[in-house]
Amino acid sequence: MIANYGYKDGSGDYFIAVDTDKCDGCGRCVEACPGTVFEVMDEDPNDPFREDPVVIVARDKGRKLKYECGPCKPPTNRPALPCIEACPQDAISHSWDR
Amino acid sequence: MGEEEKKQEYWRWTESNWKNPGIKWEDAKIVTVGIDVGSVSSQAVVMTDGQVYAYSNMRTGSDSPESARNALNLGLEGTSMPESRIDYCIGTGYGRVNVPMADRSITEIACHARGAHFIYGPEVRTVLDIGGQDCKAIRCDQKGKVTNFLMNDKCAAGTGRGMEVFADLLSVPIVDVGERSFEVKEEPEPVSSICVVYAKTEATGLLRKGWAVNEVLAAYCSAMGHRIFTLIERIGIEKGFAITGGLAKNRGVIERLTKEIGVEPMHTEWDTQIAGAAGAALFGYALVQKGKGRRK
Repeated sequence: MIANYGYKDGSGDYFIAVDTDKCDGCGRCVEACPGTVFEVMDEDPNDPFREDPVVIVARDKGRKLKYECGPCKPPTNRPALPCIEACPQDAISHSWDR
Repeated sequence: MGEEEKKQEYWRWTESNWKNPGIKWEDAKIVTVGIDVGSVSSQAVVMTDGQVYAYSNMRTGSDSPESARNALNLGLEGTSMPESRIDYCIGTGYGRVNVPMADRSITEIACHARGAHFIYGPEVRTVLDIGGQDCKAIRCDQKGKVTNFLMNDKCAAGTGRGMEVFADLLSVPIVDVGERSFEVKEEPEPVSSICVVYAKTEATGLLRKGWAVNEVLAAYCSAMGHRIFTLIERIGIEKGFAITGGLAKNRGVIERLTKEIGVEPMHTEWDTQIAGAAGAALFGYALVQKGKGRRK
């Protein structure tokens, strides 16, 4: 399942997509993210039959993604995003650049 | 002080309940309940062996536990089924953690996909739920399992509550908005901003310019349809397109939206607002069957 967390408002689309078929809930993104956007759940709240851990974007963070992710998205000399770098499964993607 | 003028509540929609005359609950093996406490409306669906036995649909009050209780009471009204007969109860929706009688809570994403799959049939692949304060776009497989979803709960533009505010502003009963938005000579340009906070400025501005109320409604409905379209576009639309939630009942928005999408929406005889609660009751049924759902 592709879980898109975030929002769209007058200024743009701000979604982080987690591919839950790839994610094994290892939690490396949780450690890597300076904005503590991610959270490991023991079971997927959006899939009652899944019993393996999975990462979600915390609800209160999902509504502030533009700002929470802002520090990792400078306009110039941008390094790779720490969450995407940290994920060994390649399960995380962002919908916006800045 | 003069006589106080009684203000008509244009936003108010009809609360309802229903009981399936073809089912005797006494014969049921498993009784499950799904309670969907949304930001604007609450529903309870009572299922006997995976079939809808009764449901209720009403407005959410200021207190989530009480709204859940009221919805369940209204659902069971006139059925003679005691609450103790319920084998498993699942809470869903915005207030799902505040459903006191629930044994478990499941997110509205999973429940709406499952519920839409039930009320519209197994051909459903794309579900659009337009709720009171959020909008969810969900893709699911032939079993009703979610494969892709997004939810926007940050902005009230393009939601049921936004429509309620607008109906009130223009003094048009909410159930008439859809019909009246088509009673225009020519389809007007959509309003530029559908922000609920600026709705009043936008609407009064147009009225002052000489627009008829119906034209303003048309412009608002079409802007709302477009707004929802841009959201659902992100996950992609597949045939088998079902719309749930209160706004599914508003022709003005839905027909303009589907025209833009280019995919005809599916039809159902069920109340589109019960999808979430129906999904929750179905999950309850599946969990009890698997031996994973036991009453606390």
